[in-house]
Amino acid sequence: MAPLRPVTAEEIESLAIGAWILGTGGGGSPYLALLNMRALYRQGAVVSLMDPMDLADDDLVAVVSNMGAPLVGQERLTDPRTIARAVSLMEEYLGRRFRAIMSLEIGGGNAVQPFMAAALLDRPVVDADCMGRAFPEAQMTSFAVHDLRMYPLMLVDVRDNAVIVAQAASWKWMERLSRTACVAVGSIAATCKAPRTGKEVKECGILYSTSKAIRLGQTVQAARHAHRDPIAAIIEAERGQLLFTGKIADVARRATEGFLRGRARIDGLGDCRGQRFELAFQNEFAVGWLDGAPRVMTPDLICVMDTVSGEAIGTETLRYGQRVSVVALPAPPVLLTPKGLEHVGPRAFGYDLEFKSVFA
Amino acid sequence: MRRVGIDVGGTNTDAVLLDGSAIVHAVKTPTTPDVTRGITTALRELLAGVGPSGRIDAVMIGTTHFTNAVVQRRDLTRVAAVRIGLPASASLPPFVDWPEDLAALVRAEVVMLEGGHEYDGRPIVPLDEIGVRDAARRIRAAGITSVAIASVFSPLNAECETRASAILHEECPDASVTLSHELGRIGLLERENATLLNAALVGLARRTTRAFTEALRASGLTAPLYLTQNDGTVMLAATAQAFPVYSFASGPTNSMRGAAFLSGLSDAIVIDVGGTTTDIGSLRHGFPREANNVVEIGGVRTLFRMPDLLSLGLGGGSLVTGSPTASGDGLRVGPRSVGYRLVDESRVFGGVTLTATDVAVAAGLIDLGDRHRVADLPADLIKTALARIHATIEEGVDRMKTDARDEPLIAVGGGCFLVPERLPGVSEVVHVRHQAVANAVGAAIAQVSGEVDQIFQNLTRDAAIAEARRLAEQRAVSGGANAATLQVVEVEDLPLAYLPGNSLRVRVRVVGDIAEV
Repeated sequence: MAPLRPVTAEEIESLAIGAWILGTGGGGSPYLALLNMRALYRQGAVVSLMDPMDLADDDLVAVVSNMGAPLVGQERLTDPRTIARAVSLMEEYLGRRFRAIMSLEIGGGNAVQPFMAAALLDRPVVDADCMGRAFPEAQMTSFAVHDLRMYPLMLVDVRDNAVIVAQAASWKWMERLSRTACVAVGSIAATCKAPRTGKEVKECGILYSTSKAIRLGQTVQAARHAHRDPIAAIIEAERGQLLFTGKIADVARRATEGFLRGRARIDGLGDCRGQRFELAFQNEFAVGWLDGAPRVMTPDLICVMDTVSGEAIGTETLRYGQRVSVVALPAPPVLLTPKGLEHVGPRAFGYDLEFKSVFA
Repeated sequence: MRRVGIDVGGTNTDAVLLDGSAIVHAVKTPTTPDVTRGITTALRELLAGVGPSGRIDAVMIGTTHFTNAVVQRRDLTRVAAVRIGLPASASLPPFVDWPEDLAALVRAEVVMLEGGHEYDGRPIVPLDEIGVRDAARRIRAAGITSVAIASVFSPLNAECETRASAILHEECPDASVTLSHELGRIGLLERENATLLNAALVGLARRTTRAFTEALRASGLTAPLYLTQNDGTVMLAATAQAFPVYSFASGPTNSMRGAAFLSGLSDAIVIDVGGTTTDIGSLRHGFPREANNVVEIGGVRTLFRMPDLLSLGLGGGSLVTGSPTASGDGLRVGPRSVGYRLVDESRVFGGVTLTATDVAVAAGLIDLGDRHRVADLPADLIKTALARIHATIEEGVDRMKTDARDEPLIAVGGGCFLVPERLPGVSEVVHVRHQAVANAVGAAIAQVSGEVDQIFQNLTRDAAIAEARRLAEQRAVSGGANAATLQVVEVEDLPLAYLPGNSLRVRVRVVGDIAEV
């Protein structure tokens, strides 16, 4: 068994950059979570990263995420003690100790949540998640694709409130019950999702996504430092594809059913001059059309980045005039299976398109 | 109405006198370390130029003083930060994302107390009034004179902040108190940062306003004094001195408003080419379009309403280095610049440094200095350098355009000869008289505004907008507006679907002429 690897403060910074790119437009900015990690590391915390293959089959792993309305998260700021309490209370409920903690989604701020809990609970973070990116809905995970059990769930707020969803009839019911509790405590809560065994993580998790996010961040930082093109560096390092380069010409957004939906139009520049790219999003970027023809679609990762800095641009911060590059990164293979596509393919987002990967 | 506009910049203090909409006279004088003397000099020269010709009705001053104080870390007051919201947000205390050097200068005390509200107006937990009183006594004992109070969700419900402020006034009547809900929007850290910056600047703002007032008196003026704000309007100095952060970006705003006035255009792109940098912004209905993202001031993240500006490292003093190559990347223009040393170092003025100005003279775009001194420049160098400059400007202008239709481009600033006469997406390039004092003109023409951005519950849409308008008008009048001239310039309402009780976020902005006194 390989020893646990300590994660440096610099790697946490890289993780935040990489996670924001893997957020594919959603997942929420990791900024506040990063501020918390800086403070914890200044106080001497060092979190270790665990190779998922080092988990024993019967080890228990906590899957954590922050849940709620982004607007509320800007006033009631994420706190490591809250996410740690969700994990501790779940241990009390189960009467068992977690061997390690992992992220629900590696895209956006939730990539950093397990590190916040791990720093306080002195547990390692598993180098894995169950989305490999960010998705808007609870059933869009590799665990759901594998039909693993979705309960129990522990939800806590900053006061002494804690709610357990002991059982749920389906993923939809789990979403409905936990959402109701979340609204009652002020539309922001820390959650510890259904516990997973080491065997489940190894067989059904998306492995090594944490170190992938760190590496992605490092690639961007190194390119910026050397004044090289960060987009080209990402594409080379992650075997991605540059789909389009241009300027945002129009953005239309609407908030519906708790999601941020909308479309953005990009007019081509450079090699793409004269062409037009359109993006549709539901929290995250879902489908892209080149001159009217489908060019890229979920679950392939659709990343929109500032052409110069390589910084990821969220669906909330898209703005007319931004110079952007649209890059596709490969999706985790489990999401590309017929079962995976049922959960996260274009039809799951309401687009009647046959999935075709740009990497096929 | 006869108005004086003054722009106190880092290098020059400019002043103009406007009679109605006619520019009577304009002067440019050097800024002095004690701002007062520079203003007195500018006023003396301005008034001497027009002779004893009747009264002045208002004086408007725009200054970069407060931004510079933050950027240069000087003249700042130490601040006690009071955060109300525990148990929420506990791990990220006030000053958490400030640059350490600035925090060390400003942070006198940090107090975190229970209280604050939920998104729907329910209290998180009741306000810890005893804690506020204890903190107030400690603040007084420590001799701290400025306090910043920020409560969770105060833009929705300001009760905790106003109650804490009342307790502070009882315990330390001499301290000045800045409340976050008067300054900012949703986003606790950014709003609190603005509040802390404001609290750190109130001392300087009071001293500066007093100095401005004295300069006016010394010049024999009795007209009321106004300070210009980020949004291109003014506030009576007596009100404005409590909110120095509102004047952070007034320089570029005044420049754009001045450009609008001088050109007679209200919708256009404005390009201000200086010695070292070029600022590009977009005018909508005579006001700069505002940025809708995080703005950093001296390294501190805030959500100020600032003009959306694109700054390029290109100006009249930009260095031209390297030589043209086939690939086209051998020659560079900027971002380094000789800056104010242009008149000593550039070739046409007898120096040895090749600048963008030298290239422009060699190309015959402008006649400055001695053009024989650049007669030896190779034609392909001139052509390549100009192409580089024009491409940079074209790209910047294109980036700031908000719609695909052609728009006019107003060129101002000392380096505006670098702007090409034709650009894609631009209907015409407009040059104006008095472009060198556009800032002071922008200050002189400013009106008074009032704004409300608030969430209303359990009101019909019409009633909520009417109430927001009433509050905005109240604010405008207290800022010095003539109530009879107030006009609504912006109304925006956004139903908040995920909040209960018919919540509607309404933003109303009204603008009016200054009231004659």
